[in-house]
Amino acid sequence: MRVLIIDDSRSVRLIVGGYLRDEGMQTVEAADGQAGLEQLRHNPDVRLVLVDWNMPVMDGLSFIKAVRAEPAYRSLKIIMATSESEQSQVIRALDAGANEYLMKPFTKDVLIAKLHLLDVFEE
Amino acid sequence: MTESDYAFFCGWLKDRTAIHLESGKQYLVETRLSPLVKQYQLGSVELLIAKLRTGGDSVLQTRVIEALVTNETSFFRDHNPFEALRKQAIPELMEARKTERRLSVWCAAASTGQEPYSLAILLRENFPQLMSWKVKILATDISREVLNKARSGVYSQLEINRGMPAVLMLKYFTQHGNQWHLNDDIRGMVDFSELNLAGSWPAMERFDLVMIRNVMIYFELETKKRILSRIGALLSPHGYLVLGGAETTYNIDDSYRRVEIHKTGFYQRR
Repeated sequence: MRVLIIDDSRSVRLIVGGYLRDEGMQTVEAADGQAGLEQLRHNPDVRLVLVDWNMPVMDGLSFIKAVRAEPAYRSLKIIMATSESEQSQVIRALDAGANEYLMKPFTKDVLIAKLHLLDVFEE
Repeated sequence: MTESDYAFFCGWLKDRTAIHLESGKQYLVETRLSPLVKQYQLGSVELLIAKLRTGGDSVLQTRVIEALVTNETSFFRDHNPFEALRKQAIPELMEARKTERRLSVWCAAASTGQEPYSLAILLRENFPQLMSWKVKILATDISREVLNKARSGVYSQLEINRGMPAVLMLKYFTQHGNQWHLNDDIRGMVDFSELNLAGSWPAMERFDLVMIRNVMIYFELETKKRILSRIGALLSPHGYLVLGGAETTYNIDDSYRRVEIHKTGFYQRR
């Protein structure tokens, strides 16, 4: 399964990408929401996106709204992975169309538990 | 830590908890005890063990046991057992109990409460008809300290992150600063009580479901046999026993049979 990691921090992309590749997944990366949308167009086999909230060019919330506006991406699973931890922000992310919310910092087992919640290992 | 101190400590811990520490786990003992050494200003783990040798200070003894008992847990831990409960085991138990309209669950080794609360949330979310039943969830642990935390229903951001679906977090928890407080409705579904699995048990009613996950691995064979036999006597005829992913009743207590549900091994009496 291919996963798109969108985060402006190279080290976060590196660490999270490592966690996912350890689980046998393939990863592609982008440093902001706009670049993330382009990666989605180039990689139609992406099934899951991990997206940060605060990024230059296009933030994670705008990315999620843009993705959910396109019927072709209806089944795409999205996890908002961010250091934003206010209850109101969790609500905004889910309202925008995120399937799950992951508060940074997180460890590999926490990420894997979230993936189980989305049944991504079933695919 | 000297060999003699380690041997004494292993025996001391086993007498009180039945937990069997293998040889070569000195580093584990030292790591777990060093915060207590600091707190009690004892200078070294050796001095702490010397204090245990003289007996006395029951508070310190309790703290030492608590430090050694693994508390690693998460909400909806391992995912699949909860899916198995939701899809098959709970509906089956409800069918078996539909006349009495009672469901009784025991989460042994409940630690800081994530497992019994996950179960309570699962029941509330998926089986609203149980609202008119008598549902009892008993959650026990050897450690008073973790039970106090469990009763409070207050979890850090790191803890809530571990396994709690965001939608359920929003529905059943309220944020206060960096803490997430479980609502009183779910907290009220669980009764917490101190219980040493290897010690004497109080009189208990029959259970339809016993979850005792990831604790048997710490016990020696004889203790495992005794615990499984005692659970067997408490399990209702249709009841399920749920063990941890690396645990089994095979070659320990053959009065159980394994039932595979949603990739998870559940056990019933033969």
